[in-house]
Amino acid sequence: MTGRMIRQRGEAPFSPARVWAMLLRYLYILRSSWPRTIELLYWPTLQMLIWGFMSQFLAENSSYIARAFGVLLAAVMLWDLLFRSQLGLSMSFLDEMWSRNLGQLFVTPLRPYEWLISLLAMSVIRVTIGIVPAMLLAIPLYHYSIFDMGLPLIAFLVVLLMMGWALGLAICGGILRHGMGAEGLAWTVIFALAPLSCVYYPVTTLPGWLQPFAWALPSTYVFEGMRAVLIDNHFRTDYFLAALALDVVYLVIGAVIFFIAFHDARRRGALLQMGE
Amino acid sequence: MGHIGAMPEPVILVDHLVKRYGGTVAVDDIGFAVERGVTAALLGGNGAGKTTTLSILLGLLLPSSGRVHVFGEDVLRHRYRVLPRMNFSSPYVDLPHRLTVRQNLQIYGRLYGLPRRGERIELLARDLQIETLLDRPAGKLSAGQKTRVALAKALLNEPELLLLDEPTASLDPDTGDWVRGYLEEYCASTGATILLASHNMAEVERMCSQVMMMKEGHIVDRGSPDELIDRYGRANLEEVFLHIARGTTATLEPAL
Repeated sequence: MTGRMIRQRGEAPFSPARVWAMLLRYLYILRSSWPRTIELLYWPTLQMLIWGFMSQFLAENSSYIARAFGVLLAAVMLWDLLFRSQLGLSMSFLDEMWSRNLGQLFVTPLRPYEWLISLLAMSVIRVTIGIVPAMLLAIPLYHYSIFDMGLPLIAFLVVLLMMGWALGLAICGGILRHGMGAEGLAWTVIFALAPLSCVYYPVTTLPGWLQPFAWALPSTYVFEGMRAVLIDNHFRTDYFLAALALDVVYLVIGAVIFFIAFHDARRRGALLQMGE
Repeated sequence: MGHIGAMPEPVILVDHLVKRYGGTVAVDDIGFAVERGVTAALLGGNGAGKTTTLSILLGLLLPSSGRVHVFGEDVLRHRYRVLPRMNFSSPYVDLPHRLTVRQNLQIYGRLYGLPRRGERIELLARDLQIETLLDRPAGKLSAGQKTRVALAKALLNEPELLLLDEPTASLDPDTGDWVRGYLEEYCASTGATILLASHNMAEVERMCSQVMMMKEGHIVDRGSPDELIDRYGRANLEEVFLHIARGTTATLEPAL
C-alpha cells in the first residue's frame, strides 16, 4: 500500500513536496550555521553604511546629490540585491557540490527543474534576509527609505531578481561543466557587469561604442529607471518592459545552459564524482 | 543479443551495454539479467566497470549505447517510473554533513513522497540501531555509523530493488557481518532484489546466488559462487577472483 503510494507520488512529473524538501534542506543548512546568516546580513549592511555616509558628505558638496540624496544609497542597495540574487542561487547549488550530494539526490524522483525551483526560492529567501535589514536600517540612520519609491521599487526588484537568476543558472551550468575549479565564477562574474550596468552614473557617461552593450543588460534599465524616479519623479515603463523582455531572454539562455550542462554531467558521470 | 537470460521480465535487464569516455571503454558490450528476489553481484578489480554499470542502472550516467531495463521500463527513457521503487547506497557518497541524521532522512523521505515519514524513520532507526544518532550531524559519525545511516536512507522508500556499491567497505568485521545479516533479512521479508558491487569475496559468497565477474569493462564469467568455484577448481571465490584478475578466465584457461 505504502509502496504504491510512493510510486504514484514519485511518478508525478512535478511535485511541490519535492521542491519543499529541497528548500527545507537549504534552510536547515542556513539554520545550522549562524556565521552564514550573519554573512548574509554583513555585506549589504556594510555597503549601505559606507555609501550612506558618503552620500551625506556629498550632499553638502554636490548639487546633484543634494537634489536626490537617495540616488547613491538606492543604487548600492539595488546592486547588492542583484548580486545577492545571483549568489543566493549559486550558493545553494554549491552546497550540493561541497557535500558531493548530487549522486544521492538524483537517484530519488527529484527532477532537475524541481531542484531549480528550490534554488530560485532559496535565492529570494537569501536576498530577503540580506537586503531588507540594510534597507530598514537606512531609515533611522539617514532618514532615507527606499520603500518611498513605491511600486517602481517592486518593478526594479523583479527585474534584478530575474537577472540574478539568469546569471546564477549560467554560472551553475559552468560549474557543472568545468567542476569546482570554476567555483570562483559565483563571486566574480557579476562584478564584470557593474561598469556596464551604470549603477552610479548615467549611461551617457560611457563611451558611445560601449553604450549598446550597456543597454543589452536589464540592470542598466533598472539604474537608469531608478534615477528617473528619484530625480525626475517619473517611472519609465518603456525601460521596465525592455528590461523584463531581456530578462526573459537571459533566463531562457541561463536555463538552457544549466540543463545542457546537467545532461552533459550525466553523460560524463560527473553527478557521482563532482565535489571537493 | 546472446547476453540475456531466458527468464521473463527480470527486475534488471542489461543488453549490449557500452560506456565510452573518449577513447576509453569503461563498459564494453555487457549483458545480464537479474530476477526478482535474487541477490546478485558485480565482481571485479578497480576500473572493471562495476560502478559505471551501477551508475547507468540508476540513471546517473548515460550509456554510449545499449539497453537498460528495470522493472520492464527503459531506464534511459522512463527513469522516473522506476526510481521510486529502487534505492542506492555507497560508502563513497555521503549524506550532507551539516544536517542531522534525522533532517537528512526527513528530506529524503519527502523526496520519495513517504506518507508517514516520522514513523518510517523511527522504525528504521530502531531496526538499524541508529536511534541515538538521529539528532547528530551526519558528518560527525564513524564509518560504521555512517554505513547504517546510509542503509536507513536506502531503505526509506521500502525499495524493491537495492543497488549497493561496496556496502561493507571500511567496516570492521562485526559491523560488516551485521549489515550483511540485515540485508539478508530485508530481502527475505520483502522479496527485494539486490545488485551489489563488491571487492569482498566472502560477502558475495554468503549473500549472492548470481555473480558477474568483470574485467576491463567486460563480463568475463558468470554463475553462482559455487559454480564459479567448481569451474575454476578453486577453494573459494577469492581465489577465483585472483585467478581472473591475474589474466585468465575459465572459458580461456580453466584451472585443472
